[in-house]
Amino acid sequence: MSRENEVEIPEVKKASGSGIPIRGNDIDTDQIIPARFMKVVTFDGLGEFSFFDLRFDEDDNEKEHPMNEDRFQDANVMITNANFGCGSSREHAPQALMRWGIDAFIGESFAEIFAGNCLALGMPTVTADQETVEELQDFADANPDAEIDIDVAGQTVTYDGKTVDVTVDEGQRKALVDGIWDTTALMKSNQQSISEAAESLPYV
Amino acid sequence: MSEATLYDKVWDRHKVTTLPNGQDQLFVGLHLIHEVTSPQAFGMLQERDLDVARPDLTLATVDHIVPTADQSRPYNDDAAEEMMSELEENVRDAGIEFLSPETGEQGIVHVIGPEQGLTQPGKTIVCGDSHTSTHGAFGALAFGIGTSQIRDVLATQTIAMEKQKVRKIQVDGQLGEGVEAKDIILEIIRRLGTEGGVGYVYEYAGEAIEDLGMEGRMSICNMSIEGGARAGYVNPDATTYEWLEQTDYFQDQSETFGELKPYWDSIRSDEDAEYDDVVHIDADELEPVVTWGTTPGQGVGITDPIPAPEELSPEKQDTARRAQEHMRVEPGDTMEGYDIDVAFLGSCTNARLPDLRRAAKIVEGRQVPDDVRAFVVPGSQRVQKTAEAAGLRDIFEDAGFDWRNAGCSMCLGMNEDQLEGDEACASSSNRNFIGRQGSKDGRTVLMNPQMVAAAAVNGEVTDVRKLEEVVSV
Ligand code: SF4
Repeated sequence: MSRENEVEIPEVKKASGSGIPIRGNDIDTDQIIPARFMKVVTFDGLGEFSFFDLRFDEDDNEKEHPMNEDRFQDANVMITNANFGCGSSREHAPQALMRWGIDAFIGESFAEIFAGNCLALGMPTVTADQETVEELQDFADANPDAEIDIDVAGQTVTYDGKTVDVTVDEGQRKALVDGIWDTTALMKSNQQSISEAAESLPYV
Repeated sequence: MSEATLYDKVWDRHKVTTLPNGQDQLFVGLHLIHEVTSPQAFGMLQERDLDVARPDLTLATVDHIVPTADQSRPYNDDAAEEMMSELEENVRDAGIEFLSPETGEQGIVHVIGPEQGLTQPGKTIVCGDSHTSTHGAFGALAFGIGTSQIRDVLATQTIAMEKQKVRKIQVDGQLGEGVEAKDIILEIIRRLGTEGGVGYVYEYAGEAIEDLGMEGRMSICNMSIEGGARAGYVNPDATTYEWLEQTDYFQDQSETFGELKPYWDSIRSDEDAEYDDVVHIDADELEPVVTWGTTPGQGVGITDPIPAPEELSPEKQDTARRAQEHMRVEPGDTMEGYDIDVAFLGSCTNARLPDLRRAAKIVEGRQVPDDVRAFVVPGSQRVQKTAEAAGLRDIFEDAGFDWRNAGCSMCLGMNEDQLEGDEACASSSNRNFIGRQGSKDGRTVLMNPQMVAAAAVNGEVTDVRKLEEVVSV
């Protein structure tokens, strides 16, 4: 997996693909991936359990949900409202959505740990005001095959022939654009300073 | 003189360097791991052929999936057994201390760190669990992290983070009868919102916080994350030192206690520290708070009416409407009298000894009705043992409660303890999200442990202050 490759961290300057609207504020990680699906020792195969309880009833019959609709099956950009990904810190949540096919998020706001977990996977979480987001959601709803282009470096989203401004957190933008979002590799190289920091602490 | 907060000082002491991505690299003083979020990180480490950098600063336990009734191995649930075996293998290979159930020291990760004396002021503590904020009660900087960050910490004993702002939450006055630390934090989240703390670390201060024991402070710091704050802390004081001094860790090495104390004193926020924001709460005005909805911010005083969605700020209205439909509550009503099917006393928020003691006082001499399932899940084996020795088990069992072994249990329903169908649960835990307790139609009402006890014996949400004294026969 190139994602895991220590020497080569891909730069994520852009993300694009068709959109899928997931509407509602405060969508928590328990909804994104219910805890019972976390009884696993790898992340493989989590994708199909994304939003499981909103997508299926007790008897595993499909309920109405964008992720069940044929037209959204190839979507790469998830368009969400406020405080998406709140609650538990489980990385299983972005892992599940990534494995379902999502590469990037556009939303009104994201819970901090969720955004951090996404960054660790190289997935942008870009934000825009409510109106812009709702227009994008409506657009994706009406045009499930249309491309939505996120320019992470330039902080814009282009769709339907127009370009709108979005915000990418400064640290996230730099990490993605410069290909330095894999912090293990980055930090491991500071061995000497790590030892010094440890030695200076009275309790270590 | 300096004008720094504890957050500033501890951050600076642990800063290794500033990374090219703009984040600071911080040294981690204690890394706690458990079975749910660590196996993937160990897997990533193996893929890269990396070793665990500081097994001596890492401690493992098992909590989320352990059965609380029959703990014989292999566990009945294959998935749980697999996770347990994987953890056992990982800690053995890496040489990490593992407080397994056989040690008598196992428990919820946020209960055992403080019990073991390893949660200390001025430490950086991380764990792949959002309620790591609990450890801030000791004046530690404690953060929940994701699995990729666990990999970072395993491989380097450091973490990449951005510095945040500090909001001081000044809680003045004194708590009344039946009102607890839990009610302070539920009130804070109700007022500031579940997103209010994003970008902030919370410093809890003021008379009402200082008056609390360590357990109450832990309940508050625990739920910082429900208010959107990644971490919360209380400055260390005599109460903190008293706790630390009686732990086995410092009993065995009392010189270390003396050596570390100046450091602990030094990291307290300065009198003239500057804060990015200050919020005042008056403890005298608080009553027991219960949730009416499906986020921890949807709370209300027990005698106050449930708000109509229209009264809330526009972005909260939609969520409120859906929550009220799910919970089947009506605006204008109070939560008093809301029928419950289950009472759960447990979780890293409220399953420590004083929590169980206060609850036991309420249930003593009373009976849980037949149609209510009530159970106590102590936060750790130590809490369990001490409570049993103090006679609490008998009190609970006589009242009709189930007395279980330590673990997370119905806080998140990853073991066999789950809500069924649309059962309503009076819960001392921290999250009332839909589906959280194992059933997507389940209804969770968060409240303090005394209130859970009162709800259990009455079969409905009850203002504990109104329970009449039990006259023993
Ligand atoms: S008790 Fe609940 S909140 Fe605490 S660690 Fe366990 S699952 Fe998480």
